[in-house]
Amino acid sequence: MAEAETLLDVKGLSKRFGGFVALDGIDLSIAKGERLGLIGPNGSGKSTLVNCLTGTLQNETGTILFQGKTLNGLIAHERTRMGLARSFQLPKPFHSMSLIDNLRVPMLYTVNARPQHHLTDATIAERCERLLRDVNLADKARRRPRDLTQVEMRKLELARAVATEPTLLFADEAMAGLSHSEVEEILAVLFRLNEEGLTIVLIEHIMSAVMSFSTRLVVLVAGHKIADGPPQEAIRNPEVERAYLGE
Amino acid sequence: MRAPIFWLIAVVVGAAFVVASRILIANEYFYFAGYVVLEYIVLSTAWNILGGYTGYTNFGTGAFFASGAYSSAVLHKLPTLLHSSFGWTIPGIPLPVMILVAGIVSGAMGFGTGYLTLRLRGVFFAIATLAFTIVVQTLIVNWDFVGGSRGIYIIRPALSPLGGGYIQYLFTLMVILVVISVGIARAIEHSRFGIGLASIRDDELAAEASGVPTLRLKLVATTLSGALMGMAGAPLPYYVTYLDPTSSFNLSYAVNSVAMPVIGGMTSWIGPVIGSILLGTIQQLATVTISSALNLLIVGVLLILFVIIAPNGIVGLVQSWRRKREA
Repeated sequence: MAEAETLLDVKGLSKRFGGFVALDGIDLSIAKGERLGLIGPNGSGKSTLVNCLTGTLQNETGTILFQGKTLNGLIAHERTRMGLARSFQLPKPFHSMSLIDNLRVPMLYTVNARPQHHLTDATIAERCERLLRDVNLADKARRRPRDLTQVEMRKLELARAVATEPTLLFADEAMAGLSHSEVEEILAVLFRLNEEGLTIVLIEHIMSAVMSFSTRLVVLVAGHKIADGPPQEAIRNPEVERAYLGE
Repeated sequence: MRAPIFWLIAVVVGAAFVVASRILIANEYFYFAGYVVLEYIVLSTAWNILGGYTGYTNFGTGAFFASGAYSSAVLHKLPTLLHSSFGWTIPGIPLPVMILVAGIVSGAMGFGTGYLTLRLRGVFFAIATLAFTIVVQTLIVNWDFVGGSRGIYIIRPALSPLGGGYIQYLFTLMVILVVISVGIARAIEHSRFGIGLASIRDDELAAEASGVPTLRLKLVATTLSGALMGMAGAPLPYYVTYLDPTSSFNLSYAVNSVAMPVIGGMTSWIGPVIGSILLGTIQQLATVTISSALNLLIVGVLLILFVIIAPNGIVGLVQSWRRKREA
């Protein structure tokens, strides 16, 4: 792979909760257009890392550069407006709103809040409908999230993150608990987004999905990064095998 | 309906209501009772901006309301004070100016409490606002200039600037406040700001992740809500003519301004209006016909009934009935 432009550059990131060190000196660099898989056993700090990068949590030490600008100290919505989007591990839809309005929120507050962007109501409606079509939810545009199935809920979660028109997307376990064909469906959406130029970090437990999706794999264990490289190499790393399979 | 048209209709309805009552009703008691109902429309509409739209339960209505009332009391005494201490002579301050000042004072208080407490969620926020009421009440009780715990007598001017009795003037001002607050509430509901508040109510983390500046929006909501509550309280000294901490900070303001939107429906501007008219009128009728102590009992019983049977209030009942009929 040719050396691409660095999108996100993390150096020495640490996060502790009281006496518990959740992340310890993480270095991570993500290039534009990459499909990065982030794996690790439960409690290894994957979600904490996403939370620190997207601003839900603030890291104590370390620097985060996104497109050359520092993110330290910025709160979540400011990072979202800069182009960092995330989906949540447990879908968090806006219950009282229709699906289309669920997507209108990020359109109004992120895309329209960027300089030189002012979408009209008609453009917003059109883009929201297109997004819903992309994830096969167009026929439920006027329904509420409570009418959705698990897989539809995850698609809505993904669509809402994509509605912020990001440069970098963190998909936090977008496929947990889904059947094989449903996983394929979500993967297809992610592949297409990546082809359109979106850089994606996939946090996932389903190994087949991670392996087929990722161009690079990062493995976290107990708050440390123990492997970073091409997927096939990374999973053959002895430390990774030990972490997953024991001694 | 477009916003300017709604404002126009609200103003026309308000004006028609005032004119019709002046022509048709000679009994002064109507204005005394009607004033209270109108006051509750303003209070519950203001409460609903934070409680219904944003999902933050405020039990501190009494604090904002009484702050408005006491800011009027201070302004009422101000000309005398300036004359006796500095020899300056200024004319009496007109009530509409007092209402504006009360709005600024209570709005600032709303901003302050919002900034200090909005990091708390759910029941902890509610407890903080309840505690806030006690703090403000304690300050007023210990402030001698406004009478402390003894209270303060305010002599109601004999003449109304608009003709008719002074109580009719107060009534008219309250109608204007109703039009303003309901107009604001409806404008919020259909705006970008309103959809932002709704996203906060539904899920604050997801709202942030969608680019919604949650803290800023919540601060605007607390400021606006507090300001409207204070404005509703500003004419109180002239209505009661005797202002004291126990009655102006009364818990019934907090309970009523929560109960009315809950009973009417919290997701739409019309909910608090329906709730206040219904509950406020029942309370006024009960006060005259049965006993004044029965008020809160009625509120309590209705609140429990609605929470169990119709958690989305009267508006929710109507909506689900319509949906059933369409289906």
